[in-house]
Order: sequence, then C-alpha cells, then structure tokens
Amino acid sequence: MTQLALVIDLNVCVGCHACVTSCKEWNTSGSAGPLPDTKAYGEQYAGTFFNRVQTYEVGCYPDTETVHFPKSCLHCEDPPCVPVCPTGASHKRKEDGIVLVDYDKCIGCKYCSWACPYGARELDDHNRIMKKCTLCVDRIYDASLPPQDRKPACVMACPTSARLFGDIHDPESEVSRAIREEGGYPLMPEWGTHPANHYLPRRKTRVLIHDDELERADNPLKVDRQQPRPAKGEPTLDDAVTW
Amino acid sequence: MRPAFSVIFLTTLLGAGQGLFLAIVAHQTLALLGVLSPDGGRGMYGPGAGVALALLVGGLVASFFHLGRPERAWRSAAMWRTSWLSREVIVLPALMGTVFLYGAAHLTGVNPVLARLPGGGAVDAALAVGLAGSVLSVALYVCTAMIYACLKFLREWHSPLTVANYTLLGAASGFTAAAALATSLAPSEAPFFAGWALAFTVLGAASRAASLVRNARLRPVSTLQTAIGVRHPVIRQISQGFTAGSFNTREFFHGQAQSLVRSLKWVFLLLAFAVPAILLAAGLASGSAQALAAAILVQMAGLMVERWFFFAEANHPQNLYYQSVA
Ligand code: SF4
Ligand code: SF4
Repeated sequence: MTQLALVIDLNVCVGCHACVTSCKEWNTSGSAGPLPDTKAYGEQYAGTFFNRVQTYEVGCYPDTETVHFPKSCLHCEDPPCVPVCPTGASHKRKEDGIVLVDYDKCIGCKYCSWACPYGARELDDHNRIMKKCTLCVDRIYDASLPPQDRKPACVMACPTSARLFGDIHDPESEVSRAIREEGGYPLMPEWGTHPANHYLPRRKTRVLIHDDELERADNPLKVDRQQPRPAKGEPTLDDAVTW
Repeated sequence: MRPAFSVIFLTTLLGAGQGLFLAIVAHQTLALLGVLSPDGGRGMYGPGAGVALALLVGGLVASFFHLGRPERAWRSAAMWRTSWLSREVIVLPALMGTVFLYGAAHLTGVNPVLARLPGGGAVDAALAVGLAGSVLSVALYVCTAMIYACLKFLREWHSPLTVANYTLLGAASGFTAAAALATSLAPSEAPFFAGWALAFTVLGAASRAASLVRNARLRPVSTLQTAIGVRHPVIRQISQGFTAGSFNTREFFHGQAQSLVRSLKWVFLLLAFAVPAILLAAGLASGSAQALAAAILVQMAGLMVERWFFFAEANHPQNLYYQSVA
C-alpha cells in the first residue's frame, strides 16, 4: 500500500516561506476553487492557508538556535479527523493515503478541526467549508506535466530542498531512506495518529581537523623554507602539476 | 476552545427537552404502575410533550447556526458507523418524531389501548411511543456527550464524567421544567417532579464538581517539545507564521481573561445548582408556583454558563503552535 508523505528537513529549512506562497498560489488557482483571504489589504486581515512556516527559539541566550518549522496536514495513517466527520467529506484515500476533504459534501461543522491535534485544518470562511493540504493531488498525477514536476508545489518551490516527497511505505524511496538514515520523527506521537509526514532533526556538522592536517609536518617545502631551485632549463616544481 | 453560542443553545435546549419528555413518560409509567395517582398528571402529558418538542426544535434551529453549509445538513446522517455527530443527527429527529406522536396522541385523544396490565391499568399507544422515546432521549444524551468525550486529546472532555454530566444536567433541567409546568397543568403532581428535579440537580452538581476536580488536576500530555519534536527544556515560539488572525487563532482560544473564566465557574455552580436546589426545595415545602418557575429560569441560565465554561475550559493541543503572533 502506498502512503504519500512529505519529509521536512529542519536542518536546512531557512524559514523563507517559499513553500507557503507557492502552496497558496497553486491551490488558490486550481479547479477546487480559491483559498480566499478576508480583507487582505485591511487592518484586520485573515486568510486560509494549507501550509504555515513557524519559527521557534530553542535554548537560552546566548546558546540558542532558531528552528524554522513548516506545518501542514501530516496525512496521518490513523487520522482522528476522518471517523468523526458526519458526512464522510473527510476521507483517507486507500490508493495513496492522502487525507482529503470532499468540498461538495462538507457542511462546515468544524468537528474534524477539533479532532486534529495539530491544527492542520482551516475553515474557509468564504465557501464555509473545511480546507487542508491535499498534497497537491491535482498536480502529482497530472500526466501533462513532465515527470520531475509531478510533485507538490511546496516541494518544487523549496530553495534548500528541505522538503522531500514520496511513498513512506516503499523502503527504498528517498523519503523512507531519509527517515531511516537521518532520524526522521513524527509530531506528537503520544496520540497514536501515526503521522505520515516526518521531520528530520537539526544536526550539528562538526569536522575534526588536527594541526598536522593544516600544516603538513613533512611538507618538503617547509624543510628549509626555500623553494628547491632547479637548474636552468629543468622543469620547476611549479610546473610539476602540469607534468 | 471558543464557546459557540449555537452549540451552547443546542446542547442546553436539547438536554432540557429530553429531560422534560423523560419526566412526563416516567410519570405516566409510574401512574400506570399505581405508584402515582392514575389521573393526576393527565392534563400535563399532551402540553408537556408540546413544550418538550418546542425545546428540541429550538435546539435543532440553533444547531443550524453552527454549520457553514446548513443546506447540506442532510448529508450528516451518513457516517453513523464512526461519527457520534452523525448518530446525534439520526437520533434527534427520531426523538422529535416520538415526542410529536406522544403529544398528538394525548391531545387528540386518538390513543388506543394496546394492552392491559394484570391490575387493569391500560397501556395506551402513547405510552408505548413514549417508552421508545425515552430510550431515544437517553441515547441522545450519550450521543451529544460522546461528540465531546470521544476526542481523546481534549482531555478535559475525554472522560465518562462528560456523559454523566450531560445526562444528569439535562435530566435536572427537564424535571425542573416539568415541575414548573405541573403547577398550572397538574398541580397535584408538582411535588413528584420537583422532588426528582432536586435529586437530579444534586446528582448533577456532584458529577459536575467531580469533573471540575478532575480537570484541575490534569497535566498536559503534549508539550512544545513533542509538538515540534525538539528535545530541549527551553523552547519559545517566535513566530506562528503570520501576523494576522486565522481559523486556528479564532476557533481554539476563548480570548477571555482567566479571571473571568474562574468567576464564571462560581456563577454556574450557583445558578445551575445551588439556587435552583433552594428554589426547588422551597417549592416542595410551600407548593409555590413562583419558586418553581424561578427555578427553571435560573437553572437554564446557569446551564448556559456551564456550557460556556465547558468549552472554554478545554485546552486544545493545537494551541501549542499558536503562541506568538509575528
Ligand atoms: S494532521 Fe490533522 S488533518 Fe491531517 S490527517 Fe492528521 S489529524 Fe487529520
Ligand atoms: S467540517 Fe466538513 S469535513 Fe470537517 S467534519 Fe464537518 S463535514 Fe466533515
């Protein structure tokens, strides 16, 4: 069985919000209708988004680290938002594990948003129905796009490649390997929702360099601090690299 | 959570309507069994069912204000296998149907006797419908409460006490309403209703107090550490990702000062339980119709405050992600 998901690498996310804007752009232009904003240029503005990038500060000054944290629907494998939906509008697709809202069935009762511990669903005040990340379901299967473009808009937009997309049930996929080899973890595992999306942790990159690697003890140039002087007509050491 | 007035009216009006219907059918059943006077309550069954139906309709109307797309409400009966909300949507009209038939049978007199008890008491069609309706009433209490109690990470709600509270508080207000109605429709039976109303009010106070004590001792399971998966004791949100409002910042925060929430707790403990209990006791002792009428008015107001507090008290784990506007 396939379970499509995003794996988000917090180690390289720079918090640029490119995924937020490209998600909004793609999903407000599609056949499912706009993702409307309210008073976008007024003082009390608000909007509906599938994806948000948040920022956290970890530690105490001066030992702090800034973590940028993109958050969208995690397409849980055991989604608590689905069974509570009275109309069946919220459903999890068998074929690829994407959790979707059928906008034609939703009555806007908001019960599913109460049942999602992650705050991943946002009510669309204009159409009065529930909206959430679709993993760009209208894009990833679009045969008119070149194969390398059949990815969610956020993945395409990320300048640091912090967002990976694939099937976490296929052990050889890029996302499974990243989860396995780079310590991918789910959010709030305590509720048993088994989020499909995973996050890769921050890593410290340390390179150990010994003094004698910076300055070779046996460097012939350093023996008498003089360049060997070749006889006239002989090749110099400077030419050696081109020999 | 942000308390929605539609849901406050929905749950309090339905609870009272169900309780009132339970009170009437209980009276008719006990009268049939000879525990109560056989004809003392007759004048109340029909009009009482009418009032119960009005309360149920009021609750149903309020529920539509909660929906974004009320015109699609019929779809919400589809997922009764998994959704308590769907089950409520099915049980409510079924209950309204039985309440209507019960009231109509009594008011029109089209009420054939179906069977005779050995003692000679007549089991009429209305009573049979009424008993079915009583089962539906109790089922509706369970459905309404389970809508909230089944959400396991809303830990203030995820408890059998939620079901007990919805049932007992609904029964209390329903019996109090019956007592107030009985003072004019069946004066001799008012003490029966007032007595049970007092009992349910005291029981409801006990179970509501138990849930207050339980909730005060809850410790959060989810923390910022599990929310973003960083193992460090000191994490602070700098930005929730937007400066404006969103559904997440509106729907899940009540936006009131904690001091107001705390004082409303005492308000509802007084108005839903203490004052009605005193008025019911006074009504029982003196037979005063005014005391019983005041009891139901005060108790309904108190239960609305109680419901407001019920929602405001619940702390949704998603709030961890929305702590800092920037
Ligand atoms: S993240 Fe929330 S909305 Fe998405 S599948 Fe999980 S519970 Fe449902
Ligand atoms: S808001 Fe829509 S999708 Fe969510 S539970 Fe209600 S009907 Fe289902």
